Amino acid sequence: MTAFKYTDYLKTEAQPYMWCPGCGDGIIVRALADALAELELPPEKVVIATGIGCWGKADDYFRTHAFHGTHGRALPYATGISVGNPDLHVIALMGDGDAVTIGGNHFIHAARRNINLTAIIANNFNYGMTGGQYSATSPLTARTATSPRGVPEPGFDVCALAQTCGANFIARTTAYHVLQIKKYIKQAIQKKGFSLVEVMSPCPTHFGRRNFPAGPLAMMKYLKEKAVSISRYEKMAAEERSEYLATGVFADNDRKDFLTVYWDLNSSQQASGGAVNNEK
Amino acid sequence: MSRPKGMRLLQGNEACAWAAIDAGAEFFAGYPITPSSEVAEICAKELPVYGGVYMQMEDEIASMAAIIGASLSGKKTFTATSGPGFSLMQENLGVGIYQEVPCVIINVQRVGPSTGLATRPAQADVMQARWGTHGDHCIIALSPASVAEMYYLTVRAFNLAEKYRTPVILLSDEVIGHLRENVALPNPGTVEIINRKRPGGDPKAYLPYQAEEDGIPPMAAYGDAYIVHATSSCHDATGCSNSKPETNKQLLKRLRDKIYNYIDDIVQVEHFGPANADITLIAYGATSRVCKQAVTEAQSEGIGVNLLRLVTLWPFADAYVQQALEKAKAVIVPEMNQGQVLGEVQRLNCVNTPVYQVSRTDGELFTTEDILAQIREVAK
Repeated sequence: MTAFKYTDYLKTEAQPYMWCPGCGDGIIVRALADALAELELPPEKVVIATGIGCWGKADDYFRTHAFHGTHGRALPYATGISVGNPDLHVIALMGDGDAVTIGGNHFIHAARRNINLTAIIANNFNYGMTGGQYSATSPLTARTATSPRGVPEPGFDVCALAQTCGANFIARTTAYHVLQIKKYIKQAIQKKGFSLVEVMSPCPTHFGRRNFPAGPLAMMKYLKEKAVSISRYEKMAAEERSEYLATGVFADNDRKDFLTVYWDLNSSQQASGGAVNNEK
Repeated sequence: MSRPKGMRLLQGNEACAWAAIDAGAEFFAGYPITPSSEVAEICAKELPVYGGVYMQMEDEIASMAAIIGASLSGKKTFTATSGPGFSLMQENLGVGIYQEVPCVIINVQRVGPSTGLATRPAQADVMQARWGTHGDHCIIALSPASVAEMYYLTVRAFNLAEKYRTPVILLSDEVIGHLRENVALPNPGTVEIINRKRPGGDPKAYLPYQAEEDGIPPMAAYGDAYIVHATSSCHDATGCSNSKPETNKQLLKRLRDKIYNYIDDIVQVEHFGPANADITLIAYGATSRVCKQAVTEAQSEGIGVNLLRLVTLWPFADAYVQQALEKAKAVIVPEMNQGQVLGEVQRLNCVNTPVYQVSRTDGELFTTEDILAQIREVAK
């Protein structure tokens, strides 16, 4: 038995969640609270940082330290919080709009710097809170409020983007795969450096209504059937791959995080000595 | 460069960086931009010696966000920028004000708008400092006029930020930032340092935005036993978002009161020249240095003129300016913009004193002759 229960991390009095029926966000909240309890992290050592959007409201439900900021900036706030106090477990919760659309520049640099934090992206492929407009992960040709004839731009593969930038830990799963969410979040939190867990999360109200006319259940079934392991995905022919979603752990590295490298380079002896002192 | 000892020829930006270190800054996040870059360069080299971290962010939006985050983690934080970078910081400047996060923004002003005359001096971000971020809010901004003041006002900016739990802007300009003067930095131990008020008592009873009698809530850091919820949305004493109209009304009133109730502590001016004179110059920053010379020369020509220098730009020195308007027969406002402080002076002009503008927007500092010509004209 762990010393902590998932309810130690949640403001249960703030429930029920504000999210729409069929939304995956509540599933991720529970998985994160379970992960924190199983890792036995004291709530006062955890900071939940969020931006704006449906998933950006998640901090309201946590009884940990919290930071709720402006749209797209969760990662630079989290960067300051993490570097400001390296003993903290900083967890940035962002939607796809927040993380890789308006926040795309911050995302690539936080991953590149390998800031010690955990990013949990709830990817619902559109802007849910604002009414279902397309984001940088909306698939090419998908119908949204601002692409009534189909999205003219291809969407980002968030995990591939993080991999290119050098994130230490990268995993993807779906809101249908509840235990996998918790497992990946635990791995991500335990990993020092930038960790990413992308959860493909249904938005029946906006994305589902326009692209899954059979309803929310059909969307959940889609996630169940189309989410395949990376090994299975890699064996598929190129044209078959476009029908499926690769899930699993894409990266599990131990590159030194930003602050470790910073202090390696700036030990006080070096900083006051010759190594940096290259001026007259 | 280790900490300059004794009398040394120092640049304004250098004095600023050392002041931040002496004030206890442990975290700098910024994006390089001339004419402020020396502040970043010195921090990159020296902060780690003092146990602090320099971060070069991807842009000024991220820089402002990072100093807010690190301040909530318990560090004294700051950034340095100029015009276009200051524009990008405005969104998160509002977050810092609303969340009551102590931090310091150094803006070494250059000519704009846009890229403007990169990177010649201007004093044209006065209103952007006041109203740049959206929403109704208050701000503290200080305007140094010498290298020594880059030091002392930077320390003061940190102290005011900590005392009043708010972002504070050091609104310098290229002339002062790049000016070199002989100054002796004080012994760091002799400088007054103010640290943010911390909570006591039962952590479980702590409400992160419950103000004490002085209007300022004690501030716990992330990682303390006191759980902190900070949000950029309207919030009550719990720190959690709350969209009741009354909550925002009360919050905005408290945020205003915590600055305007302490206006005597925050607002500083300097008087130069005879106490009573027919003509009063009202100026700040680099321009005020030229005004001092003009006052001296005009006096020798037999013209009665003095200078009211605004050391604190925001909140505006209403009482001092009103007094000047009442005492003088004419007021001249020279500034390196098309009339930003001029408008404030006119706002306060209930006595209909003639107010004259001297403006320069060509990226050149005023000459003494520019100011003298207007003084002579008014004195006729």
